[in-house]
Amino acid sequence: MPRINSCAELEELRQEILSQRDPNKPCIAICTGSGCIALGAADVVTAFKDEIKEQGLDIKIDIRETGCPGFCERGPLLVIYPEETCYLRVKPEDVKEIITETVLGKKVIDRLLYIDPETDEKAVKESEIPFYKNQMRLLIGDNIKIDPNSIEDYLAIGGYSALAKALFEEGPEKIIASVKESGLRGRGGGGFPAGLKWEFTRKTSAETKYVIVNADEGDPGAFMDRALLEGNPHAVLEGLLIGAYAIGAREGYFYVREEYPLAVENVTKALKQAEEYGFLGKNILGSDFNFTVQIHQGAGAFVCGEETALIMSLEGHVGEPKPRPPFPAVKGLWGKPTNINNVETWANIPLIINQGADAFASVGTEGSKGTKIFALVGKVKNTGLVEVPMGITLRDIVYKIGGGLPGGKKFKAVQTGGPAGGCMPESLLDMEVDFDQLTKAGSMMGSGGMIVLDEDTCMVDFARYFLNFLADESCGKCVPCREGVKQMLNILTNITLGKGKPGDLELLEELAEVAGSSALCTLGKGAPNPALSTLSHFRDEYEAHINEGRCAALSCKELIAFYIDPAKCKACGACIKDCAPEAITGGKKVIHVIDQEKCTKCGSCLEACPAAFGAVSKMSGEPVPAALPEESRNLG
Amino acid sequence: MSEILLQIDGKEVAAEEGTTILVAAQSVGVSIPTLCLHEKLEPYGGCRVCSVEVESRGRSSVVAACLYPVEKDLVVTTRTEKLDRIRKSLLEMMLAHAPDSEPLLELAEEYGADKDRFEKEASFCIHCGLCVRYCTEVKKANALGFINRGAKKEISFIPEIASKECWDCKECFELCPTSALQAAFVLIEALTAPPQPTTKSCHSCG
Repeated sequence: MPRINSCAELEELRQEILSQRDPNKPCIAICTGSGCIALGAADVVTAFKDEIKEQGLDIKIDIRETGCPGFCERGPLLVIYPEETCYLRVKPEDVKEIITETVLGKKVIDRLLYIDPETDEKAVKESEIPFYKNQMRLLIGDNIKIDPNSIEDYLAIGGYSALAKALFEEGPEKIIASVKESGLRGRGGGGFPAGLKWEFTRKTSAETKYVIVNADEGDPGAFMDRALLEGNPHAVLEGLLIGAYAIGAREGYFYVREEYPLAVENVTKALKQAEEYGFLGKNILGSDFNFTVQIHQGAGAFVCGEETALIMSLEGHVGEPKPRPPFPAVKGLWGKPTNINNVETWANIPLIINQGADAFASVGTEGSKGTKIFALVGKVKNTGLVEVPMGITLRDIVYKIGGGLPGGKKFKAVQTGGPAGGCMPESLLDMEVDFDQLTKAGSMMGSGGMIVLDEDTCMVDFARYFLNFLADESCGKCVPCREGVKQMLNILTNITLGKGKPGDLELLEELAEVAGSSALCTLGKGAPNPALSTLSHFRDEYEAHINEGRCAALSCKELIAFYIDPAKCKACGACIKDCAPEAITGGKKVIHVIDQEKCTKCGSCLEACPAAFGAVSKMSGEPVPAALPEESRNLG
Repeated sequence: MSEILLQIDGKEVAAEEGTTILVAAQSVGVSIPTLCLHEKLEPYGGCRVCSVEVESRGRSSVVAACLYPVEKDLVVTTRTEKLDRIRKSLLEMMLAHAPDSEPLLELAEEYGADKDRFEKEASFCIHCGLCVRYCTEVKKANALGFINRGAKKEISFIPEIASKECWDCKECFELCPTSALQAAFVLIEALTAPPQPTTKSCHSCG
């Protein structure tokens, strides 16, 4: 493959690629992102390849292994072109039928379609599925269209045209002006205007400058960057190239967390191909722009997502944050001006260059332009990655796209911003999601994790979870975080264990001020947020734990008891059979009673009791009613 | 180097670019408490006892005076109710590790910190880093370092280096505000053999 040495050659190649592709040729695009692989997608792919070979259809049907399109709840999933028929929860056993009925026979298999749980309406095309329809998938929408290991797929959808435009039509000053005008704010959590940061880095005079892709996505439950890196590494690279050119950097790094091997693999392949084709290395596209990039893997430290700690780690030091000022734009990697941005931020750049700043800024709110990919997880029916315009309401995300809460459970709160974020209760569901609104509500955008909680979630335990995470991940350099997080965790743990004392909440708030104000970095400064946020909206839950020994969500094991209502018990023996510590007495026609001393609160009895009887329930904050005397336990 | 004008506790201060708030404050007689600071070492920013409130371009925040560089028109306050609360809590958390530490107790008196506020901790070390930094920056021996992270962080002597460097040095001992360093050294003594007897005289008894 001879290198592309000009814009013209690029367009020539693009046309050549397109001319060799028949849009009417059947193509089965199967998600092989990490999520679907975990659900067995590799076997589905193998089944397709085997079946196609067996039926001698190799040249008639294409298979495209893609990255994550986002509907993770329903994986393994695939889309069959040209009809765009979307099948969900596909198993290897379905493959033969899919080929025969749908690919060849052009008939739809109903059981593999998305069926609306309320209207029973079937969605045949991917774009008809409400989960996708209500999103604005400017970035992640490309994932199903390309095989991340094929640069030609990326070229076929217009890839690298932004780079060509940037290099030959715009130039550094115009590029930075565009990015500033677009209003793009960092997607990693900080929300700092990207164009401004680029400008600072450009303005710092130095012979050597660096650009870095922060792919140390560490918030629990967040996997947006993973999907972008696995599914469309070239988009991220293209953004990085444009940024490097504008800033004046000739070297760059992808800092990818160690726990993303598939992302590392796909980025590595993309870099190799980009170099072969002339998008990387010397004289890119025949210009005088030279750029090389390396991949560096993290080593399992959440704190290395913080830009100064990341830089320390890249330099070979222990990943500990450094004070700012000086900011990396002035003094970063090896003391040189460095521009570090999140994966999703870089991925937005080709969009801005291609469609122009105004078009980009036409999406979103006054202070937050463009779209945001959220990892919608937790107690919601449609979990996965959702890309929405800034300004969409929480309600629309949770209900219209997310499909609402499963199991008929009541909504309690939505949490954003990971371990530095906060929760929004029902009263805030109509909030228009953007950087500033989320901050105003006591939370933050964060990198995009969005966790839905229901009535069964104990908000105290939820806050404890994040502090526990941070206690493990704190670098330990500064006292407010190292000691403060530990002390806050202690308090919350004790509260969930029923050992809360009066004064605990006041101490929690005091420690929150210390860490929040005086910690060295944003890990420590943000650490109190989940606790403070849950305290502000759900203080009653905290107080009930401490003053009444009651967990409203019936979740904290030390504060709940399982109880069999003698009026409902039909003495069927189902719960006795499942009780591992043998804590239930009774038998056929003898009402069952749980021995609270032996009970381990595992909940098996609750699950075992037939729904028609519903005799088992959880209770908290009040004494378990005394058991019936033995003589009265016989059922007639 | 250009001169920068800022305000510290109501006083106008002129300082050279690159000067820290701490040094600029000292120049006008304003003293800010410190723990992990040492004249021979680069400022560390670990103890956060030197936290001060700064206001710049309409925004206020709390920063470490030992590290934060002076800025034009910066307004610095070194003692407020909030800072007092912060310093008191920091001291109390450290005293849980080292309740007998003289530097900590001295500051505790000033800020009303109660050494028994938090449950006693197993380790004396408050991670001021003075020992590690002294050995790295001044002695350039790198005989001790930090291992692990977060609350599990510990100082540790590196046996291969300590066995060569430490017996004739021990200069870090007097820097330690708690008994942690001596405790760590006792551990390493058990792992490394003392140098063979020579004509050198013993430090303690001659």
